[in-house]
Amino acid sequence: MPMTHEEIESKVRDVLAARAQLPIDVISVAANQSLYDSGMTSHATVKVMLGLEDRFDIEFPDSMLQRSVFDQISSIAIAIKKLLSER
Amino acid sequence: MARVKTESAPVGDMVRPDALLAHVDRISTTVSALHAEDVDHAARFPVETIQALKNAKLLSAGIPRLYGGGGCNLETLAAMCTSLARSCASSAMIFAMHQIQIASIVEHRADVPELAEYLRDVVERQRLIASVTSEVGTGGDLRRSIAAVTLGGAAIAIKKAATTISYCEQADDLLVTLRRGSDAAPSDQVLVLLRKGQFSLQEVGDWNTLGMRGTCSPAATVIGTGVAWQILPAPFRIIASATMVPFSHILWAAVWLGIASDAFDCARRMTQIRGRKDADSATNGGINLAALAIRLDGMRARLESAIHDHAQVNSSAICDSTTDISAALRMNYLKLAASEDVIRIVSDAIQICGIASYKNEGEFSLGRHLRDAHSAPLMINNDRIRRTNADLLLVYKGR
Repeated sequence: MPMTHEEIESKVRDVLAARAQLPIDVISVAANQSLYDSGMTSHATVKVMLGLEDRFDIEFPDSMLQRSVFDQISSIAIAIKKLLSER
Repeated sequence: MARVKTESAPVGDMVRPDALLAHVDRISTTVSALHAEDVDHAARFPVETIQALKNAKLLSAGIPRLYGGGGCNLETLAAMCTSLARSCASSAMIFAMHQIQIASIVEHRADVPELAEYLRDVVERQRLIASVTSEVGTGGDLRRSIAAVTLGGAAIAIKKAATTISYCEQADDLLVTLRRGSDAAPSDQVLVLLRKGQFSLQEVGDWNTLGMRGTCSPAATVIGTGVAWQILPAPFRIIASATMVPFSHILWAAVWLGIASDAFDCARRMTQIRGRKDADSATNGGINLAALAIRLDGMRARLESAIHDHAQVNSSAICDSTTDISAALRMNYLKLAASEDVIRIVSDAIQICGIASYKNEGEFSLGRHLRDAHSAPLMINNDRIRRTNADLLLVYKGR
């Protein structure tokens, strides 16, 4: 059974909680809210990317390594769903 | 936030960019070269060069013709920096820093009419803009701020303690990074334009440095007020990654290329003089000069390649793609390589010239070049950039 969007988002939140070093609780960040505006730094983004690759057993292609992909929980989940479906 | 593309406006009777570059060449050889030694010795602002640039309307070289500016692209601006740096690296760095601020406004002004009007005013009055991105307590991290914009209706107020402000007291206007508001995260930054009369500088420190002494960039606290439009519409993270960082790395590297080129020229002249007197000594000196020429050529090639890369990224449909990792890595390679090359080239040139370049006077003196060059690895510390690259290479596949 492929994961639902909600399941993916939930796991993304787990990774963010562990690695994003946000100054606020990730629970309070809406799925379509900017993570960068919420305080995620470039340095933390790399840690999040690595955490997501490990958690979902995926590899982000270079074309996806853009701020627009990692700016929101929902956009991250969409990218992961795409990578999972291509497996 | 969409970035503003450079308009193509009719050229008409406007001066062409290559003519503007030729004008910079003349200022470099007839003004900057004359005063460089005194500027360095006294650690004073290179007022003669900057005034000459203002007189020729060259402070607005990077402003689109639409607003009356020179309409010069990054390649021409880089060539101007190199030209000035051949005579006076401090003057060149001031010109470079100013053009980086100009580009940040030009490319991220969106449709704010007051910012367009401001650019016209820069053309008219040749206003000099300084950057206030450093801050006490951030450890040199461009992408974090402690001080925040205070909003009160349409009015804004700021107070920021900067570790260094380029040409601090000589600047007309300032571009200041700040947190968006008192409850914003350190990385949630905006860029605020403050005009002369709207700010005061307090606790201004000394500027008695090893090199780049004419840039007069001490620590200071900026206290200012303004109105809401003076907060640039784009978030600073976009301005930084799309414009400020690539422009900085390219124009700084262009300055360093100018220092290296002049040092190489000293070594070449010395080798030729020796060769005319004694053909055998020319052979030995010539071999070392030939090795140095390769290093200088490599420095120039890397700069040209970075300018080309930036133009490619800029012309792509998605402007946010400038934040992609490949572009960031390559721009960091330029900074790391150029900042180390300039020191190596000047050092090797001193080795070739011998005692004549070790002396603080005379036409072969390279002490100022060497001292100026040593600022290069410190301007955004190379260790910080290497750490960033180490991070990026953990996720970047390069394919």
